[in-house]
Amino acid sequence: MSSRTILFIVFTLLATALLAACGGGEQRQVIQNKGSDTLVNVAQAWAEEYQVVNPAVVVAVSGGGSGTGIASLINGTVDIANASRAIKEKELKLARDNGQDPVQHVVGFDALAIYLHPDNPLDEISTEQLAEIYGDGGSYLNWSDLGVDVPGCQGQEIVVVSRQNNSGTYAYFREAVLGDADFKLGTRDMHGSKDVVDLVENTPCAIGYSGLAYATEHVKLPCVAQEIGGACTHPSVSTAVDGSYPIARPLFMYTNGQPTGFVGDYLNWILSDEGQCIILNKGYAPATEANCG
Amino acid sequence: MENSSSTTPASFDQLNRDWYIDKAVQILVFIGGISAIVFIVGIFVFISKEGFGFLFGEFNFREFFFSPNWRPTSESKETFGILALIAGTASVTGLAMLIAIPFSLGTAIFIAEFSSGKTREVLKVTVELLAAIPSVVWGFIGLAIMNPIIIQTFNVPVGLNVLNAGVILGLMAAPIMTSIAEDALKAVPDRYREAAEAMGATRWQVIYKVVLPAAKNGLLGAVLLGVGRGFGETMAVLMATGHSINIPTSVFDSVRALTATIAAELGETAAGSPHYQALFTIGIFLFIVTFIINLIADLVVRGVRKG
Repeated sequence: MSSRTILFIVFTLLATALLAACGGGEQRQVIQNKGSDTLVNVAQAWAEEYQVVNPAVVVAVSGGGSGTGIASLINGTVDIANASRAIKEKELKLARDNGQDPVQHVVGFDALAIYLHPDNPLDEISTEQLAEIYGDGGSYLNWSDLGVDVPGCQGQEIVVVSRQNNSGTYAYFREAVLGDADFKLGTRDMHGSKDVVDLVENTPCAIGYSGLAYATEHVKLPCVAQEIGGACTHPSVSTAVDGSYPIARPLFMYTNGQPTGFVGDYLNWILSDEGQCIILNKGYAPATEANCG
Repeated sequence: MENSSSTTPASFDQLNRDWYIDKAVQILVFIGGISAIVFIVGIFVFISKEGFGFLFGEFNFREFFFSPNWRPTSESKETFGILALIAGTASVTGLAMLIAIPFSLGTAIFIAEFSSGKTREVLKVTVELLAAIPSVVWGFIGLAIMNPIIIQTFNVPVGLNVLNAGVILGLMAAPIMTSIAEDALKAVPDRYREAAEAMGATRWQVIYKVVLPAAKNGLLGAVLLGVGRGFGETMAVLMATGHSINIPTSVFDSVRALTATIAAELGETAAGSPHYQALFTIGIFLFIVTFIINLIADLVVRGVRKG
């Protein structure tokens, strides 16, 4: 939700102001870091931890979404943009026109879990079935189309929960499940990863998608197969790392040109074991073979 | 500068300190007075400027107003139809008014005509307090409390729908409608009531036959302001409607409002893109509609003051 984003902005502003005030004459380097709401919790944890590693560098983190982060990088107002989707051709061109040179760094992976109400008896679902549920012109409208009878779900109608149309999660799900096709009209478009899980938790008829890190014990995560009847894989950090889970995506950080100096040091630290163990602790998969003991 | 008394009227004719202070205050008050107009014109110019690129480019009147296909970020073909969004806003506002009108008129009649002393003060303060609840709190009530209640009570698949948002919005619009309706009832001169009572009318007859007809312009104004409030409300409807592009056929359908669409999408849209401009075009449309509603409300209320 945006309230969390605002909280982060306020917090980081306050933190930077405080640190600046305490710093006295000492020279402090500030890294501006903005973008994906999926990554914001991790980015915040990195920023806090990095304070201990290198007190001379302050990382100011804010959310707002992948699009916002990349737009800020294009405008040259941030040092690092977080994104849960790859930069688009259009954005790349816009950046080049603006004299920027976005360089992509994979900092981790996220498995996009399918969320169901705990009473839903469905244990596995294929991406083909997901396309029938989510895609424009898809034929699945009722749970009986999937061969299940959901207790507590009146009329057996599938309540399709999606995301607002410019979130990175929305864009990735479309790419991975629907290809070039559009989403069905009439999906409930929630305004945050957590909102999707909240709604599914309270609605027996619902199905939703969201990052694995947002799972709670009040929802059910079915295992996902490529095709109907095919081998299905449970969403987890390990299946996201080894690529066996069909809807896992890389998480990116973008810098302007190859990072050097203190921004480069920060990115190297993020990709070190220490940084990668932090992302693992937050429920995402690390980008490297991190040894977290 | 010594002893220039500010109380002597003669000092205003001279270019001394008092004269300058007087002039400065006059200018400040003038700026304050016209600032509302300056702001409203400024806002209109701003949203028009941002939306014009779309209005004169990709804008297609038929698609915009008559197509329910709102797919601004489609990879294959972007479409900008707001029919479903208009239907969403209209259905939620309509239901909210069905709920708010009896509530607020009833409260206003009770406060103005029946209660007195402490009861009246407590009621007035409570109603005003109701207006002070932030809309995000209302939205949260819709999301967390009303959603499961509606699912269980009506046996429907999802509780985020026209009914949920309509009830929430009705409760949000009721306080301001009550306040204005009560003012309108208070504005009816006591001699009307006394005359009616002298002719043997009961209390109900006095209200129904004399007070309400005399206050009808003010009451209509209250309703129209409530409609304007409903049209412009954003956060609560974003959370309680289900935010789903859908032309509703029953109160249990999820819908999406115009305002909520702007709120949800503008933050992550690249400035200057057709999507961004289309959202501003929705803003222009909303601005014009609420402007007309408020203007009518104002003219109607003004009518009662004169008459």
